[in-house]
Amino acid sequence: MSESLIAALFVFVLASFTGFEVINKVPPTLHTPLMSGANAISGISVVGALLVAGLDREPSLTTALGLFAVIFAMVNVVGGFLVTDRMLEMFRSKGG
Amino acid sequence: MADVLFTGTQLAYLAAASLFIVGLKQLGSPATARNGNRLGAIGMAIAIVATLLDRQILGYRDIAIGLAIGTAVGAIAAYRVAMTAMPQMVGFLNGLGGLSSSLVAIGASWHAVTALQPMAGDQNFSILLGIAIGNVTFSGSVLAFAKLQGILPGGPVVLPFQKVVDGLLLVGFVVASGMFLQDTTNLPAFAIANLISLILGVVLVLPIGGGDMPVVISLLNSLSGLAASAAGFVVQNNALVVSGALVGASGLILTQIMCKAMNRSLGSVVFGGFGGGTSSGARGPETRTTKEIDSEEAAMLLGYARSVAIVPGYGMAVAQAQHAVRELADALEKRGVEVKFAIHPVAGRMPGHMNVLLAEANVPYSQLCDMEDINAQFENVDVALVIGANDVVNPAARSDRSSPIYGMPILEVDKAKHAIAIKRGMSKGFAGVENELFFANKTSMLFGNAKEVVAQLSAALKQL
Repeated sequence: MSESLIAALFVFVLASFTGFEVINKVPPTLHTPLMSGANAISGISVVGALLVAGLDREPSLTTALGLFAVIFAMVNVVGGFLVTDRMLEMFRSKGG
Repeated sequence: MADVLFTGTQLAYLAAASLFIVGLKQLGSPATARNGNRLGAIGMAIAIVATLLDRQILGYRDIAIGLAIGTAVGAIAAYRVAMTAMPQMVGFLNGLGGLSSSLVAIGASWHAVTALQPMAGDQNFSILLGIAIGNVTFSGSVLAFAKLQGILPGGPVVLPFQKVVDGLLLVGFVVASGMFLQDTTNLPAFAIANLISLILGVVLVLPIGGGDMPVVISLLNSLSGLAASAAGFVVQNNALVVSGALVGASGLILTQIMCKAMNRSLGSVVFGGFGGGTSSGARGPETRTTKEIDSEEAAMLLGYARSVAIVPGYGMAVAQAQHAVRELADALEKRGVEVKFAIHPVAGRMPGHMNVLLAEANVPYSQLCDMEDINAQFENVDVALVIGANDVVNPAARSDRSSPIYGMPILEVDKAKHAIAIKRGMSKGFAGVENELFFANKTSMLFGNAKEVVAQLSAALKQL
């Protein structure tokens, strides 16, 4: 394996443990918002999509694939964060 | 110059990843959740802007259009979706995330072929992982969406020779992958690997349905994170690797919580159907009788009780009865009745489904009780009002060793002094087992559509 891949693997494993630690013990009320908020974060693939869309200097199939990926990921990001906010607003507006 | 830019971008990614971690942490507590979600959004904005600044190539116009379309669609969907449709919405967004990750992997691979810059062997492996997880997430989510939206039947569909089909598809994927790794310009092999992984997503979700949906939804959520991570390995970007791993882990925790709440292993949900159908039909036709009451009588029971526990289930979501239920709870409280809501972790079709619906109907947070809390109190509850819940209140889970749901933690409604169950008919729950609760002496059945029946109860309450 290449050095960069090993490094990425370290990052992946450590981040996974961080995720387990951070999210443990979430009350049931927040299960849905947590899920849809995390879902929005998984739209980070928009960064990869932007990189792919910019790979070729001339428009190509690669560019097109990247652009579609940008659109889909962006729906995921914007839709995810906004709908989570909408839910959490309801949770709060009951003055609990 | 390029060096400075690179460092700056990477530091921005680091900042974004940190914001995601803090944001997720804050999402775990009611007081800070909204702020946590905002931190996540800020992190995402930082990551996107940094990437755009770092790009040294032209083509901003197309990219701006892509970003704008995605933003518009996402915003419209987020504002227009009804709260009752949240499970579908989460499934839909999961699917798009998976599809995007898969397209990133495909695009990177296509670039390597056309630009004659073959990637290292391990990177090609990442590409396969990226398309596999991404495609499974995409097609699985599309299917879950179709089931939840009612486009397809919501129940589990088990194919004949399901395991053989699964096995053949896996073998096919491994063979096609091997051929692609041998020669990365082998487009047919790459296309077949893509196609098979899409089919795998379908056969994975097809046999799961009904009450198992919360598990599927959170599992797909986890997969969408892993897909982003895999795409991160392909384009060698740590922002993707970290964020994907965080989401993967969080989804896995939720999946575990859901499985535990049903006393089933993930394996038995994904591969098992329900309990293999052992004892469900074994007892022959049901001969016992239930006690039926009308809404006036039920309103009388409720109105003169000291404490009432409302137990919502998927039936309340289907009938969109949450607002009617809230009105009933208000009317009862006005009479001095103590009202609590008993929420089972897997009631509904996604984790936290009932909480979202009741929050939409403005039920105060303090009225919602987790399973552990309310189970300790059921003995002091005068009337438990079960609205469209079935398996999660079936006492057989405690007593009947032969029952498929034996061992599943339940809401102990049978310990309340009276129970009223609102149901459309005597159909069985998702697990396909009869519910002892409905035949018990102190249980009264109130048949009808949840929304209408609950509205009748409120009206009858006013006449008391």
